[in-house]
Amino acid sequence: MSFPDLTPLPPEHQQLARKLASGLDRDQAFWLSGYFAGIASGDAASATTAPDQPRELTILYGTESGNSEKLADDARKQADKQNFKARTLDMADARPSDLAKVESLLVIVSTWGEGDPPDGATSFYEGFMSKTMPQLANLKYSVCALGDTSYEEFCKIGKDFDKRLLDLGGERICDRADCDVDFQEAFDKWLSGALAAFPKPEAIATAVAATGAVPAEVVYDKKNPYQAEVLEKFVLNGTGSSKEVLHVELSLEGSGLTYEPGDSLGIYPENRSADIDAILAATGLKANAKLGDKTLADALRTDFDITTLSPAVALKYNKIVGSEELEHLLAKDKKEELKEWIYGRQLIDLVETFPNQNWTPETFTGILRKLNPRLYSIASSLKKHENQVHLTIAAVRYCTHGRDRVGVCSCYVADDLQIGDKTRVFFHSNKNFRLPESDDTPIIMVGPGTGIAPFRAFVEERVSRNANGKNWLFFGDQHFTYDFLYQLEWLDFRKEGALHDISLAFSRDQKEKIYVQHRLRENGKKVYDWLENGANFYVCGDASRMAKDVHQTLMDIVAEHGGKSPEDAKAYVDALRKAKRYQRDVY
Amino acid sequence: MAKAANEDIKDASNYLRGTILDGLADPVTGSLSKTDQQLTKFHGIYQQDDRDLRKERRKKKLEPAYAFMIRVRVPGGVCSPQQWLDMDGIAREHANGAIKLTTRQAFQFHGVIKSNLKTTVAEINEALLDTLAACGDVNRNVMCNPNPNQSGVHGEVLELATNISNHLSPRTAAYHEIWLDDGSGEKVKVTSDPPLVGEPADGEEPIYGKYYLPRKFKIVVAVPPSNDVDIFVHDLGFIAIVDGDDEIAGYNVTVGGGMGMTHGKEETFPRLADVLGFCSPDQAVAVAEAVVRVQRDRGNREDRTNARLKYTIERMGLDSFRDEVEKLLGFELEEPREFHFDGNGDRYGWVEDAGGNWHFTLFVENGRVLDTDAYPLMTGLRKIAGIHCGDFRLTANQNLIIANIPSEQKETITKLLEEHKMIDAHERTALRLNSMACVALPTCGLALAEAQRYLPSLITEIDEIVEEAGLRHDAITIRMTGCPNGCARPYVAEIGLVGRAPGKYNLYLGGGFVGDRLNKLYAPSVKSEEVPSILKPIIHDYAKNREDGERFGDFVVRAGYVAKTENGRDFHADFVQPELAV
Repeated sequence: MSFPDLTPLPPEHQQLARKLASGLDRDQAFWLSGYFAGIASGDAASATTAPDQPRELTILYGTESGNSEKLADDARKQADKQNFKARTLDMADARPSDLAKVESLLVIVSTWGEGDPPDGATSFYEGFMSKTMPQLANLKYSVCALGDTSYEEFCKIGKDFDKRLLDLGGERICDRADCDVDFQEAFDKWLSGALAAFPKPEAIATAVAATGAVPAEVVYDKKNPYQAEVLEKFVLNGTGSSKEVLHVELSLEGSGLTYEPGDSLGIYPENRSADIDAILAATGLKANAKLGDKTLADALRTDFDITTLSPAVALKYNKIVGSEELEHLLAKDKKEELKEWIYGRQLIDLVETFPNQNWTPETFTGILRKLNPRLYSIASSLKKHENQVHLTIAAVRYCTHGRDRVGVCSCYVADDLQIGDKTRVFFHSNKNFRLPESDDTPIIMVGPGTGIAPFRAFVEERVSRNANGKNWLFFGDQHFTYDFLYQLEWLDFRKEGALHDISLAFSRDQKEKIYVQHRLRENGKKVYDWLENGANFYVCGDASRMAKDVHQTLMDIVAEHGGKSPEDAKAYVDALRKAKRYQRDVY
Repeated sequence: MAKAANEDIKDASNYLRGTILDGLADPVTGSLSKTDQQLTKFHGIYQQDDRDLRKERRKKKLEPAYAFMIRVRVPGGVCSPQQWLDMDGIAREHANGAIKLTTRQAFQFHGVIKSNLKTTVAEINEALLDTLAACGDVNRNVMCNPNPNQSGVHGEVLELATNISNHLSPRTAAYHEIWLDDGSGEKVKVTSDPPLVGEPADGEEPIYGKYYLPRKFKIVVAVPPSNDVDIFVHDLGFIAIVDGDDEIAGYNVTVGGGMGMTHGKEETFPRLADVLGFCSPDQAVAVAEAVVRVQRDRGNREDRTNARLKYTIERMGLDSFRDEVEKLLGFELEEPREFHFDGNGDRYGWVEDAGGNWHFTLFVENGRVLDTDAYPLMTGLRKIAGIHCGDFRLTANQNLIIANIPSEQKETITKLLEEHKMIDAHERTALRLNSMACVALPTCGLALAEAQRYLPSLITEIDEIVEEAGLRHDAITIRMTGCPNGCARPYVAEIGLVGRAPGKYNLYLGGGFVGDRLNKLYAPSVKSEEVPSILKPIIHDYAKNREDGERFGDFVVRAGYVAKTENGRDFHADFVQPELAV
């Protein structure tokens, strides 16, 4: 047996391998391939599995009243007697990805109310049923469903698991049992059948399939955006909130695209139909008029900015329209008046206020700017979400001068983009917003509102890298109950030890307004100590007020707790910035 | 059998402190630890969440919409106009904008988030009310008959209710430390004089001990002929015996009533209290303490579903229970005196007392005080409280008496009642006026089905049948709860509906109109939409074939729709599956 030139083995190991390979019979060779595959998958236990070792069995259960839990426990005891090495796993504590390495699985799950999973199992169930669930090709399984025949959706959740496991590539080794309120007999029968149906423990020979990444031939960028599929989209704020912040998950499958935490994603928006119709009506142009090889309506939808009103656009506009009144407003000495008039208005107001009957598609679009993409701070780490990019986008909606207005891109995402749709995206690298090179460096993250996005990516990344550095998050919004973005994830991170401190400011839960800078100030001593211990300080979010307030607070903290004059405090903060220990992503 | 889990929690709590303070300080979750959630009950605070939103919120990566229910003790249900205004302000400032008047003469606030808990309890304290022992394994709010037109007697029973409440309040300083400490370490003034909430000298609860009671404990005082407090469904009751001179000669003592049971566990059942004996007015507080002590030592601490006083008495027998009580008292109780009840509902509208003061009993459907576009009840009451110089009385039927209005103020208050559509709030069918429901979904963690959100519309349907049958003015008690624990006292209703699953109820019939007989299961797990058609033939039969003055509950027993329930342990017996008209 010879090894190809590209072999990753050093010469001495090549020699050993050759020696070992010569003289193996077919079965021995297969056994060894499984042994090495086990080592490769990082599962030392299976790598050393000898033929007589018990088969590992996972008993996954979802319980509301405790019945499933008890049955899972019974099943474990029974399995252990039959040369299995069984463990029970509560859906309330597990993640769907925990099943990735499982080869033998029993599921015991009850159904509640009108076909709902047990309360604690809901997240698991939803994740398991979602698109993000990986294939489970090596899985052998059987399901025991508990339920109550007096309900229409009898044993629905168990049935769902059974079907989904099959769809994911699992092998059903024993038919599902659907148990009514008196479940014991049906359960016992199912358990003995299922345990007997697993293959007897033996050496597992795994043929490792040759995998080779197909190099992406096309390069996607701003000029050539990638058509990313929307995998998931929902509003993060709870019912009762006055905010509308979207969580969006996009697929990068097959694009060859990658990104770093701190980067942004560009999205090419489309104008909404209501705005296009209003412009067409006000200009008297026809939707199906031709502009190049498109209809005018299509061109207005994807190519031109038909909302933003700037002095430049107004100037171009009036070169064609020649309104005296507008001319007056555009006079050089009237800048303040013009600014005031433009405030809260958009192109449609201009077109309606200073109408013109003689537009052609070419003359009208000639005054328009291109429709530009919008950048959003990325809210995910590729290490945690393979082939995905997540965003946190606040839908902008307001009403001025008697007209409902929207942020073009945020509401394109909120209203027009549906799960399964594709949208044009590209990555925008941001080298000035990066995690510290050292995983031991502590970080302070200040990200109220959608400013939280890159910090979700940071913490995910640090968890995936097993980073030891401490992470401290400052977050704020209007209401704790409705607006605590990604709350369950922060709770999980804290439980895992990945979030060492978190300070929260909800402005409208009490009489006096409390913002992140107040929490920074309250924790001033500790913030300063962290900085002295080498911490990086990150700020993301609103540039106009929050970032300024936080900056001032930071200088005040350094002055107070570092015993410095205002000048020295400023120098200290400037030095942090120069050393790239104080980084901002504000907008 | 091992100790019930709550016994260990109480033991380890250091007199109800637990880690509540740490839990309050954690800003990341709106929840307290499971153990602390048990302990806050003793402080009158229940953690709940909006169950309607659970699924949606999980998807949104938000924890359940946790918020707290706060129950305010109002001994005897009497509060001042200023206290009403304070409660109104708290409801709008910190809670969900509504005041709930409970079936036990307490105020309840819902939807207070964790970060506002301490402020809210402190403001309640500033209003000279408290939440201590409003829930938990202790004696809870002591109720008494509001009786506005017998004010001489009422003053005395209210005093007894307040004295018992004070005497049996926990002595732990935990309430103080957690809710009223202003950070300076200095003790803030507490609500009562002498203070209820002070560290006992020996560090122990003199009456309760560190395990407190095995289970909740409820005390009421009634003045015949009104049984509005439902004396027979409480652990301990005092029936005032009024002599010829309108003086209270003493009290018949009742023990062992209770509503709660568990579906499918026949060893759990509602039970009506027995009359234990008679005591003089000055013995009553000592009798209350003795009964509490016997229950403390003899109650079941291994199984919480068997821990109420009613099961202790079932197990011991009434005579040996009395022996133990009398041993502690050092004297014997006298033979019970004659008494007579004529109903457990409220009398609505105006009534004048002998002294010339006026009282207006306002029908408050399910005890919910809030504003809607059609009915600005909360605003109306706020305006009345702003000028009222008498007091407010919460009734045991979740209604409100605007009491002790001097005759010269009657006109002004009448005008406000009219302006806010409250004057004719009770012009409803007698069925609706005698209805009661608990909170249930979406906030109560125990609820299996709807109650206060659903009963009003169900009654609208049954009302049609009642009108058809010509029974508009015939009072029939109808009560609904979302679970079998019985907060709205459904097992003494003539028609009881107890939630089993969403949209499904056990239908009970045949309770005594005055609250003196338990009802009986008529049809199990009925779909809610079938309830009117099941009741229709029975209501018509009653209208046609009742005897003179015969109550609905008595009729259904006589006509054989259900067997009579003689006592609690037979509650589940003699059920016959009926042929239903659906």
